[in-house]
Amino acid sequence: MPSARALRTWSWLHKWSSLVCTVFMLLLCLTGLPLIFHHEIGELAGTDVSAPAMPQGTPHVSLDRVLEAARAKYPDRIVQFVSLDEEDPNIWFVTLTPTPDPTDDFRSVAVDARTGQVLAQPRFDEGFMWVMFKLHVDLFAGLAGKLFLGLMGLLLLVAIVTGVVLYAPFMRKLAFGEVRTGRSRRIRWLDLHNLLGIVTLTWAFVVGATGMINTWADLLIKYWQNDQLTHILAPYQGQSIVPAAERASVQQSFAAALAHVPGSRLSFAAFPGTAFSSPHHTTFYLKGDSPLTSRLPRPVLVDARTAQVTAAPELPWYLTALLVSQPLHFGDYGGLPMKILWALLDIATIVVLGSGLYLWLKRRAPQPLPPEAGVAVAEGAR
Amino acid sequence: MSPSWRLWGWPIVLALLTASGLVSALVSDHWGDVWSWIGLGVPVAVMAWYASGRAARKEPRPPR
Repeated sequence: MPSARALRTWSWLHKWSSLVCTVFMLLLCLTGLPLIFHHEIGELAGTDVSAPAMPQGTPHVSLDRVLEAARAKYPDRIVQFVSLDEEDPNIWFVTLTPTPDPTDDFRSVAVDARTGQVLAQPRFDEGFMWVMFKLHVDLFAGLAGKLFLGLMGLLLLVAIVTGVVLYAPFMRKLAFGEVRTGRSRRIRWLDLHNLLGIVTLTWAFVVGATGMINTWADLLIKYWQNDQLTHILAPYQGQSIVPAAERASVQQSFAAALAHVPGSRLSFAAFPGTAFSSPHHTTFYLKGDSPLTSRLPRPVLVDARTAQVTAAPELPWYLTALLVSQPLHFGDYGGLPMKILWALLDIATIVVLGSGLYLWLKRRAPQPLPPEAGVAVAEGAR
Repeated sequence: MSPSWRLWGWPIVLALLTASGLVSALVSDHWGDVWSWIGLGVPVAVMAWYASGRAARKEPRPPR
């Protein structure tokens, strides 16, 4: 049983850590709700790209032709990334931007891998889901917004831990899940706050912690380039980004990468000078087939001039942690039932946040909460 | 039943269920997914059951 003094300290920590982050957490919970179902929403809204039916095993055209078709749509842009559709490996998605630098100004072109014909030019950078996404990820404020939300996530973790500590004195005299309905409305919400809080504890902690880790993604990739890639890139020192005219065939580079890691599939490829590659390489991220290795793509750096593999470094632990933390945050790795449970847990978290705010607003009416709630504290030491 | 088990028993069981569900779908595709639905579904059901007040009606508490 905590002393009255310890109870005051934990309460202070719980109150302030949650008060500061609550508004942002409510925003994250609300914007995260549609994001859980972004795939289903895309299908319903008909914005998903589909390729016409053709006999199975229809051969693919060269990746160079695919890129050409995409570039023809936006001659003043360069290709940053290219990836295969998750559902239908007959669709390439090409991402084009003004420069190799990270930006929100991007265009996407979907190209049929079998014909090299442009299927669609979907806009992922506008509309309701884009606004939800940006509010959820960086508040339209770039890296600063991300890091700020990461800090709010850290406060949420503090609020969760202190909440667990406070659960004991508040629940000592009650049965698990007991919601006292006969007393004041405030006591009823307190009991609900404790019930939903303690049940969602693990989920909220995992989603909060992995969300916080995700806010560091840009920094971790930058660190990786300075850390592991530096010695790989030593021979290229002093050279600028390989000009487009001097680049070897991307199809040939792709084939070299696949041959280097047998049995792998492409997750995505990053072009020279972009955030996920080096100035001198086209980097192919190749994934395995098991549930875990399909989440942990291996980078294969292919010299953009010669189409020869330079290196395929093992992912460092911090990038492995980042990649594993993504599904744990998104809830997209256990089918539709998991997404529905993710949404329900998200809604329960909204109730925990809302009831916490309510309890703070009503903290003095008509007497302080702990005595009314029958909180168990140790006698004596104050 | 010891007081700490009475206090922490359910929270620990539900936390372990949730954690196992979060991990199982990550490492195994078929049965791992099914277990994740149980691991996350049971806590959600427990929450709904107690929050709906049905549990309270079943076992009225003696006056203190």
